[in-house]
Amino acid sequence: MEPSKPVKPIYLDNNATTRVADEVFEEIRPYFCELYGNPSSMHLFGGQVGAKVKQARERVAALLGCRPGEVIFTGCGTESDNTAIQGTLAAYPNRRKIITTRVEHPAVLAVCRELENRGYTVVELAVDREGQLDLAELDAELDEETALVTIMYANNETGVIFPIEEIARRVSERGSVFHTDAVQAVGKIPINLAESEIDLLSLSGHKLHAPKGVGVLYVRKGTRLTPFMLGGHQEHGRRAGTENVPGIIGLGKACDLAQAAFDVENKQVKALRDRLETNLMIHCQGAMLNGVKDKRLPNTTNISFEFVEGEAILLMLNQFGVCASSGSACTSGSLEPSHVLRAMGVPFTAAHGSIRFSLSRYTTQEEVDLVVEKLPAIINRLRVLSPFVPK
Amino acid sequence: MWEYTDKVWDHFYHPRNAGEVENPDGVGEVGSLACGDALKLTFKLDSDKRIAEAKFQTFGCASAIASSSVLTEMIKGMTLEEASKITNKDIADQLGGLPDQKMHCSVMGMEALEAAIKYYRGEDTSSVSTHTHGHVVCTCFGVTDDDIKRVVLENDLTTVEQVTNYCKAGGGCGGCHGEIEDILESVQKDKVHKTPHKAAHHGKLSNIQKIQLIQQTINEQVRPALRAHGGNIELVDVEGDKVIVAFRGMCAQCPSSEFTMQGVVESKLREYVSEDLVVIESKEHSTE
Ligand SMILES: Cc1ncc(COP(=O)(O)O)c(C=O)c1O
Repeated sequence: MEPSKPVKPIYLDNNATTRVADEVFEEIRPYFCELYGNPSSMHLFGGQVGAKVKQARERVAALLGCRPGEVIFTGCGTESDNTAIQGTLAAYPNRRKIITTRVEHPAVLAVCRELENRGYTVVELAVDREGQLDLAELDAELDEETALVTIMYANNETGVIFPIEEIARRVSERGSVFHTDAVQAVGKIPINLAESEIDLLSLSGHKLHAPKGVGVLYVRKGTRLTPFMLGGHQEHGRRAGTENVPGIIGLGKACDLAQAAFDVENKQVKALRDRLETNLMIHCQGAMLNGVKDKRLPNTTNISFEFVEGEAILLMLNQFGVCASSGSACTSGSLEPSHVLRAMGVPFTAAHGSIRFSLSRYTTQEEVDLVVEKLPAIINRLRVLSPFVPK
Repeated sequence: MWEYTDKVWDHFYHPRNAGEVENPDGVGEVGSLACGDALKLTFKLDSDKRIAEAKFQTFGCASAIASSSVLTEMIKGMTLEEASKITNKDIADQLGGLPDQKMHCSVMGMEALEAAIKYYRGEDTSSVSTHTHGHVVCTCFGVTDDDIKRVVLENDLTTVEQVTNYCKAGGGCGGCHGEIEDILESVQKDKVHKTPHKAAHHGKLSNIQKIQLIQQTINEQVRPALRAHGGNIELVDVEGDKVIVAFRGMCAQCPSSEFTMQGVVESKLREYVSEDLVVIESKEHSTE
């Protein structure tokens, strides 16, 4: 790190991870040194922990509109995605086709591509310039060979929301299993699984103010799924391994808080996001929005700054404590820019200079305004350095 | 987050000599927007033919900007003879080192300097900036065998990963990794850490082994290149020495796919599995 004075972080990278809510932390605190029993134990000391895990399961189920028995706790969102995909294929050994999209998180895309290497047929649906799917393409690909369709609820880079309920209906009609990676959606927009054809849904605690290292796989009652982790009989034999008790309890509390905060999310957070976005688009040269403007998560904006490079922007912002992320090649350590932006056909002139700001209910107007104050000058400075800016 | 030296931070936050020299004697432009970094270097000579003024314009990350900035300081006061001896390693050293994955930024500095000197001498500069020397090995980033040989020699590289870090070759679809290994081998002879599975001296293969090897070769050598262009390939069946494949996506619609892709797949399979294989395209599968 640069050896300069530490500044107070202005955290606008909530799609990467979130701060644990104070209420969540308080709820978890006793479960390290005092109530550390194993929820599977046959004594009251462990049993009281088991009761708390049960409560957490009910809280998650309440947020999702499902039954507690349909909630499996896992180790993270990635594990939920892996379990959903591999577990479905194992349960339908005669079907060899998977349909997904080009813009999935690597937790889905890398799994599908590995399965392709093992002989499965994988279809990756395209998106248009605004990041949206063409459902006719999905209809054309669905057939009796298709074991699984896995399509994300909302995109982590652009915030674009797919019409998941409609997709789930179409997949269900054609008799395939439907999984959605809802890691970015849960807690930000309401989801009601009671009125849905979704069979499997992944979420991750650390994206909604619970700790890292806990996730959920929702498995609709009656959905065939072969367990991924074998061992003890935890989670009714569907996911072995002693539970991450503090994580699970924290996630339960976080779901409670999220339920109460939807209003804040959709009014306050969205208003701040729009304030940030509108001002940056006006005041920064060569700015363009990535992703369709409506049908987006209320907290996310992804903006490209033409002819400048994302890592340089982030490191300049870092001087003011501003935390965001970029789809540029340099920040990922790979040499190519974000697969999501490339799938959308964002030109290279802009893909390398994309910045994602993702807010939370802890974001303040002062923070947003500081970015609006500082960023235009940073962009100008980098544009002066750039050989590509037209004179 | 990258671990940069204080020197890199300093040159990034306070770049020296940003801009363009007026009426320059030398101009060197390398890189492109698509590649994610680019540098335009300009300089002016004094009456003693030493570099009096040097400026840069860079599109790129912190280490690209820092490499360019430090380079302009390094060459000031040098004769062109002296400047032409600067290597990418000198630039990285001057910054107190760069992360491995960022070494290509220092290579960009060296190439721009070289192009600018050639420009002054009235030589053909396209050879440096657009990589027309030798033949293109990495189509994703347009890197030639000569470019690769050079970074391998100058930096004593022994693995494909290092080559990617230094000149980007192999950092896209990965389809050229085999060829980069060959170059490494020819330059470094016995120093190379070669991945073992190459070439058709497998002895007698059982059917199952053969099919696995065919699948592996398609996975590693063929599919990445097709994927990079929106296409894909599927192994449909193996009957004796007949390998039946289907092309999807762009490849499937391409009328010349029979001549181009089939030939490529066949030559890869012959190289990596067995000389006797013939590739046949399955028509039923490709039309879905
Ligand atoms: C859409 C999406 N899916 C999956 C994941 C992975 O979740 P986890 O970090 O809990 O493994 C993430 C987090 O980056 C994500 O954004």
